[in-house]
Amino acid sequence: MARMKFICDAERCIECNGCVTACKNEHEVPWGVNRRRVVTLNDGVPGEKSISVACMHCSDAPCMAVCPVNCFYKTDEGVVLHDKDICIGCGYCSYACPFGAPQFPSQGTFGVRGKMDKCTFCAGGPEANGSQAEFEKYGRNRLAEGKLPACAEMCSTKALLAGDGDMVADIFRERVLKRNKGAEVWGWGTAYGSKQAGQAPAKVEGAKKS
Amino acid sequence: MKRLSLLLITAAALTACGEKAQTLGTKNDATAYSGASNSFVEAGWSAGDKTSWEQQLRTRGQYGQNDHSRAP
Repeated sequence: MARMKFICDAERCIECNGCVTACKNEHEVPWGVNRRRVVTLNDGVPGEKSISVACMHCSDAPCMAVCPVNCFYKTDEGVVLHDKDICIGCGYCSYACPFGAPQFPSQGTFGVRGKMDKCTFCAGGPEANGSQAEFEKYGRNRLAEGKLPACAEMCSTKALLAGDGDMVADIFRERVLKRNKGAEVWGWGTAYGSKQAGQAPAKVEGAKKS
Repeated sequence: MKRLSLLLITAAALTACGEKAQTLGTKNDATAYSGASNSFVEAGWSAGDKTSWEQQLRTRGQYGQNDHSRAP
């Protein structure tokens, strides 16, 4: 298996917020915390597009780079997780994240000393897989149950794809080829470092002309 | 008196040596393919077998997300 990734197909997203509801319900996320949300681009303008946004579990995660207490870690499948027993709630990760994923609850079980909370790709945390302690701190560990993230599995139009990067990319590619449009994947390049379709190659200052 | 105070200062200075090391770092997390200790584990794969776990996720992902393969 390569690594876990999210893709949101903007051609299919109907802004129903089913992914947001599924996430909140699955992990019993408290009021005021949204691990996932739906963002509408060019809202009100004909041709507006909606995308579902959460932690993208970046290849080179900026949150990991800036954390002063090194509470983040990456699983073998590329899922970026954190240890709430180490997090000090400083908020640096929130400033570093290009997707606005880190959340800072102020009450309830998640809110102990304002520790950061974010999407776990339904992979829990460092506590024992499927334990009550893990559920209370991080929510359900669906990956360890042989399931994919609840947001993607509940998506009514299958706009949100989650799973092995190669697999979701293949599904998306097949769709684009059949409908012959909508190849843009917002956030993919930022999170995983590859260029989006139709994007010009980046110019490097001072590069020699060949 | 001088020797006693020197002894006390040395003893006080050495107390730091008895402190536990405060190392940073996350706890070891169990791999996802090792399974979960609850009753919600999906049937069709065996916990601890990485290949069967990967196959389970691939099958579930294709069946649940690739509607082109279900309704061509």
